[in-house]
Amino acid sequence: MVETNNLLPARYRGPGDRVFKTVIVLFSSVIILLAIGTALVIYLEARPTFRAFGYWNFLTETTWDPVAAVHGALPFIIGTLLTSFAALALAVVPALGVAIFTTEYAPWWIAQIINYTVDLLAAIPSVVIGLWGIFNFAPMMRERFYTPIYNWAYEDAEWLVPIIGAPSTYNFVTATIILALMIVPYTVALSRDAIGQVPREQREAAWALGATRWEVMRKAVLPYARTGIVAGILLSLARALGETMAVAMLIGNSNRVPFTLFGPAATMPSVIINEFREAVETLHYSSIMAVGFYLFIVTISINLLASYVQQKLSITKGGL
Amino acid sequence: MRKACAMLMTVALAAFVAFPVVAGGSQEAAAPGAAAPGRARVELLGAGASFPAPLMTAWADDYRDITGGAVTVNYQSIGSGGGVRQFMEQTIMFGASEAHLNDENAQLARRNTGGVAYNLPLTLGDVVLTYNVPGVGQGLVFSPDTIAGAFLGTITRWDDPAIRELNPGVNLPSLPIQIAHRSDGSGTTNIFTNYLTKVNARWADQIGFGSSVNWPVGTGGNGNEGVAGIVMNTPGALGYNSLVYAVLNDITYGDVINNSGNVIAPSLEATSLAAAVDIPADGRIMLTDSDAARGYPIAGFAWGLVYENLDRNDAITTREEAEELTRFLYWVVTEGQEINESLSFARLPVDAQAVAERMISTLKWNGEPLGEQVIADVRSNGF
Repeated sequence: MVETNNLLPARYRGPGDRVFKTVIVLFSSVIILLAIGTALVIYLEARPTFRAFGYWNFLTETTWDPVAAVHGALPFIIGTLLTSFAALALAVVPALGVAIFTTEYAPWWIAQIINYTVDLLAAIPSVVIGLWGIFNFAPMMRERFYTPIYNWAYEDAEWLVPIIGAPSTYNFVTATIILALMIVPYTVALSRDAIGQVPREQREAAWALGATRWEVMRKAVLPYARTGIVAGILLSLARALGETMAVAMLIGNSNRVPFTLFGPAATMPSVIINEFREAVETLHYSSIMAVGFYLFIVTISINLLASYVQQKLSITKGGL
Repeated sequence: MRKACAMLMTVALAAFVAFPVVAGGSQEAAAPGAAAPGRARVELLGAGASFPAPLMTAWADDYRDITGGAVTVNYQSIGSGGGVRQFMEQTIMFGASEAHLNDENAQLARRNTGGVAYNLPLTLGDVVLTYNVPGVGQGLVFSPDTIAGAFLGTITRWDDPAIRELNPGVNLPSLPIQIAHRSDGSGTTNIFTNYLTKVNARWADQIGFGSSVNWPVGTGGNGNEGVAGIVMNTPGALGYNSLVYAVLNDITYGDVINNSGNVIAPSLEATSLAAAVDIPADGRIMLTDSDAARGYPIAGFAWGLVYENLDRNDAITTREEAEELTRFLYWVVTEGQEINESLSFARLPVDAQAVAERMISTLKWNGEPLGEQVIADVRSNGF
């Protein structure tokens, strides 16, 4: 920036550049300070818990009992990781299919309609999705799937019963499916952009070599776009980890591990939103903060992992 | 679906009703020049439990009219936990909570302010057992043992002999009981678990009471609407809700056998009757499993929190503010109670009113008996 400025004739060198640079540096530092400040405040508020239980014991303790003043984050960490990764597993393949279809196969007007609808899906507030889940989706799932499957397992496959558990309307599976539904638009949009950025020449070269449509997709387009796709998937994962409202409304909120598929569970954001308002005791309050602190760490770890994987996978070594 | 719609409407309505509470401060400007001559404008800042928030809004509106726009009450419905915390940190003039101050906070308040932190009864909350049992209507009878058994997971089916015995003639289906409880910390949970702790030794031993507890069984729903949603959508569900909520949303709820052996159908009157017992001077009493013969056993006070030495509360800066706060609180526990039942809140029984009045009469400003002065002034000149 500075060098470019020096190359210019003197009459073009105004104070504008310097002012602009100062302003954007300032904005960027504010962002960094905000992140550090947030982490610091959460940590300080969580200190009574870390002092009482220790960092590791709080992480591995499975009891969460505010009355007995015993707090452990493990059920929530398990719940968060399980729901997020399961939702991701459910969402990725269909999302990728939609992205490929709209960019490579569909006529432009159909692609437009699909893209528009997907973007619309991303704009639905999570509390609205949660309400739909409470009144329509979850009762329907209980009637059509949970109860029949449980009854069948009870009769014919008893080994399954401890895994699926007694069916409750709001449970692990309900929350996971809704979560998957909520991250599909993100995965689709980001993969679509990544595939769209693959240069025309790349495709044409593959066509010229006599590749079929499927081969072009598989050997020329997807490898080129995979960095962007993986980045999109990991961003969706970060969103799943932090998703609060819809999950809290549908997961059934039980902190007794082991969780079962059709039984209630809990996640880190769900316990925070559920118990924060009425946490009167100091240790209860600080333990919720501590869960928040670990959520912060989990999310940051995923993001770091994302950038590492992105570097590793990139065939162009450093972005598209 | 109609029930669902009704419920959504109520939620929306509650939000609508609660809104002016938060916006209360800005309404001051809406009544320009209406203040009585010689009476300075004062904004009373309070925060706490969400359960009494609609009532607090109505009180605030009425009181503003009575004072000719001079006194506005800005009450923020942030939950009992937040109310207690802000009260202890002295960032609000009064708090409201569905759990009384614990010993630790009561002692801390005494150290900080050199006086008592009062738990002033404002209204009563009541918790009813809501259920969704196909073919069974309103008024299923529960005993302390069947309630505790169901919530501990030892009574697992609706046709359990213990439930059948209490309800002869009711055709109870052979359906598993699906427990629904609050997932958010709440005063409703505090009252309900406090009741279970008093009536069942095993519950007291294993679970205890509080605004959040480690539930042995069941699904958690966020808020009254969350629990109601689970109950209405799950055949065989048994949950607990505040009475107002169950009535407004047309959810079936049961009768409870109280500690005198009477079957009590939940009602605002039965709730008020539960407080017909001796109330300690600092107001800290849980009314659950009350000895009152006609009282509903799963009920409790919602309290206002106020320091005896008003000058020691950092949130109150002038004597005027302290005086107007005292006056407002006195109005709430006397004339203000008239509007409680129109909003489906129980009104304080006479004994509880007397206790509250006694507390207010001891409020002080720099050692000056402000409470006595205000009460004397109100008695001769009105509010």
